[in-house]
Amino acid sequence: MSAISARNLSFTYAGASTPSMDKISLSIEKGEFVILTGPSGCGKTTFCRCLNGLIPNFYSGKLLGELFVADVNVSDKTTAELSKHVGFVFQNPENQLFSLSVERDVAFGLENLGIPREEALDRVRWAMKSTGIEELREKAPYELSGGQQQRAAIAGVLAMKPSIIVLDEPTSFLDPRSAEEIVKVIADLNREYRLTTILVEHRLDIVSRYANRVIIMDDGKVVLDGTPSETYGEQARLIGIGLPKVTTLFHMLRRDGIPLRTNPITVEQASEELSKVLQQ
Amino acid sequence: MISVNNVNFRYPGASSDALTNVNLQIQNGEFVAIMGENGAGKTTLVKMFNGLLKPRAGSVSVDRVDTQDKSVAQLSRDVGLIFQNPDHQLFAETVSEELSFSLRNFGFDEEVIKRRVRNISTALDLERYLDSSPFILSGGERKRVALAAVLAWDPKHIIMDEPTIGQDYLQKDRLRNFIVQLISQGKTIVIVTHDVEFVAECKPRIVLLSKGTVIADDTASKILTDVEMLTKASLVRPQIAELMHQLPALGENPGIIDAYAAREFLIPRLRKADQTIESG
Amino acid sequence: MSLRFVEGFKFTKIESPIHKLDPRSKFILTVGLFSTALMFTNLYVLFTVFLLQIPLILISKTTHRWLRSMKAGVWLGVFIFGMNLIFHTPLVLSIAFAVRLFAIMSAFSFFFMTTSADDLGLALDQIHVPYSISFTFTTAVRLVPTMAVDAQTVVDAQRSRGLELDKGNLTKRVRNYIPILIPLIISAIRRSVELAEALESRAFGATEHRTAIVTLKMHLADYVTIIGTILGLGLAIYVYFRVPLPTVIIPIQVPEINL
Repeated sequence: MSAISARNLSFTYAGASTPSMDKISLSIEKGEFVILTGPSGCGKTTFCRCLNGLIPNFYSGKLLGELFVADVNVSDKTTAELSKHVGFVFQNPENQLFSLSVERDVAFGLENLGIPREEALDRVRWAMKSTGIEELREKAPYELSGGQQQRAAIAGVLAMKPSIIVLDEPTSFLDPRSAEEIVKVIADLNREYRLTTILVEHRLDIVSRYANRVIIMDDGKVVLDGTPSETYGEQARLIGIGLPKVTTLFHMLRRDGIPLRTNPITVEQASEELSKVLQQ
Repeated sequence: MISVNNVNFRYPGASSDALTNVNLQIQNGEFVAIMGENGAGKTTLVKMFNGLLKPRAGSVSVDRVDTQDKSVAQLSRDVGLIFQNPDHQLFAETVSEELSFSLRNFGFDEEVIKRRVRNISTALDLERYLDSSPFILSGGERKRVALAAVLAWDPKHIIMDEPTIGQDYLQKDRLRNFIVQLISQGKTIVIVTHDVEFVAECKPRIVLLSKGTVIADDTASKILTDVEMLTKASLVRPQIAELMHQLPALGENPGIIDAYAAREFLIPRLRKADQTIESG
Repeated sequence: MSLRFVEGFKFTKIESPIHKLDPRSKFILTVGLFSTALMFTNLYVLFTVFLLQIPLILISKTTHRWLRSMKAGVWLGVFIFGMNLIFHTPLVLSIAFAVRLFAIMSAFSFFFMTTSADDLGLALDQIHVPYSISFTFTTAVRLVPTMAVDAQTVVDAQRSRGLELDKGNLTKRVRNYIPILIPLIISAIRRSVELAEALESRAFGATEHRTAIVTLKMHLADYVTIIGTILGLGLAIYVYFRVPLPTVIIPIQVPEINL
């Protein structure tokens, strides 16, 4: 069974006249690393909120269609119940750290779930190790850099052992180097634990190399769905997606008549083909 | 002209200086990007340009007047500072009121205020929102209102603190075009950012700050290709610069950091390599 | 006058025997000092209660900030002294009231400087205060510095739009705070919504029986502190009812101020 299966999923926020998400149907398999992107207002955050029950429990409105997450039908499940299956990491690290020490913060979700103490401590240790923040266990969240805070947030979600993790623009407030580091942590977790990963991002130059699939939304609908190479084409450009610059470069060169075969999404792929052509 | 001379600054209660021996001269009409890691002192520095902060040692002067001798309101007349988060300034009942606020503070005539509000809202595509509450607008729209609110009084020097955070590609594109327009009107533009790709496309002069000191001050081409410098400031090379670096077969290249320049540079060399291509 | 005196109530992580004490025993000590200060109006006793705290402050290595909060408290002390004089309270008593203020302020300053909000939350949990209340408390404390930064940013942003907070008559000045308050309130609301979302996503409120991975344990020092406080309070009560205390005589005639 798929990790996530949506059928004709639509949602209109209370008070809005048009749906933010319009008849979305898709399925995501376990272990996939999916980038979800699209112009502001396209519905990507709306979709994510359905995955852990924030819609319709926290955000009221009209929800139609079907959504199964980890084989569980999300309708009439609370966010607390779904949090065991779907972990959610938000954009602003400041507003998702609750405690005055990293260790207690990572344990927060486990305490809420009533997980017995010994098991909780084990999971906390494991989660901190997996995200590389063990030496930070005694520190207070405000003493950490943005990148470290996001790692702590990820660890806190990871400790709850969900099978799916959703991250909503987690690099927004991070500088480029910290952003690259955090995306690498996310990719490592995805690979090592087959953690189905949904990453909402605009910074495609940083994240594309790790994803096996890109879903592009526009105006509430899914318009493109495939591998990064498949989706980073003319249509994506016209929608207004910020493609990696090497991808754009190759588009331009092809338009000028240079016969390039690949649609690169990383610098390595681009330099590989260009080197070959230049050496002829 | 904005002149920073041997400025030292420490926040009250801090254990170390936020700015140490900073020297910087910005001519009228220049386009400058101040870049560096989070906490490098970028925002601290620009807060000196309109007098919000005064140096502990050294001096800052705007158009030859020392900032110590003027109030923030007086300096703001010529130096418009746009903060990162529009929610920290929006308060009025309507967008029109919001845009009029500073104009009233600066003592403009009601007739002039009406005219300027109309003009700036047209320029920034906000006309239809003039009678709406600023709070119901989307994030991107609120950012535009904040920008319009500062441009309304037409300051000579415009400073934007992290204008690209949370923006999608289309919004960034629009911002870039708008900056170009402002520069053509003779405005001085200073942006504080760590968005390397954004800067690579508009190519301002770059001042790199790290831990409170200026570690580099040069053209975009020179700085964005200098990996050592960039690493010190927790930044990365733009993709195109990275790509050029990985093609040693090309030999020396004149600091190429954006896709258009790369294309211009590569086309003749690719065509020479592949003789089966027709030119043009 | 700056907000520096607030630092005299802010917790900082320092290695000291006082910081290591359980918050519950520290609180009992503070309540003991507070009650004793309230009981007495005798200047000698109040002064003693105040002086007793000085070695505690010294051991906890918080002297600097304590001094700062005491300095700022001088204004309040002078105010209390003055107000009492104006309403015909005898001179010695007026001084006593001011000293009482310092004794109480000092006791609470000492408590808050040496106890983290997290530990306070834990203490509340362990005495079976409902979790929602103790969590609200620790979160509020945690958010104070964050909101202070927000407040400063809003003030900066509006001043950058020409808002002058120090000009104009009283009405204008009050009105000038609207552009400060509204963004602050809106920011606070947005922040709360984000926090709530994140809390929900971490199963907040999922069960009645939360685990606690960290629990507070009382040690010898804590029992000593509690017993010491109880004995001290006992002594104070005895003295209050049984021991006639010498009073301070100040040979100054305060002119009657008739309002």
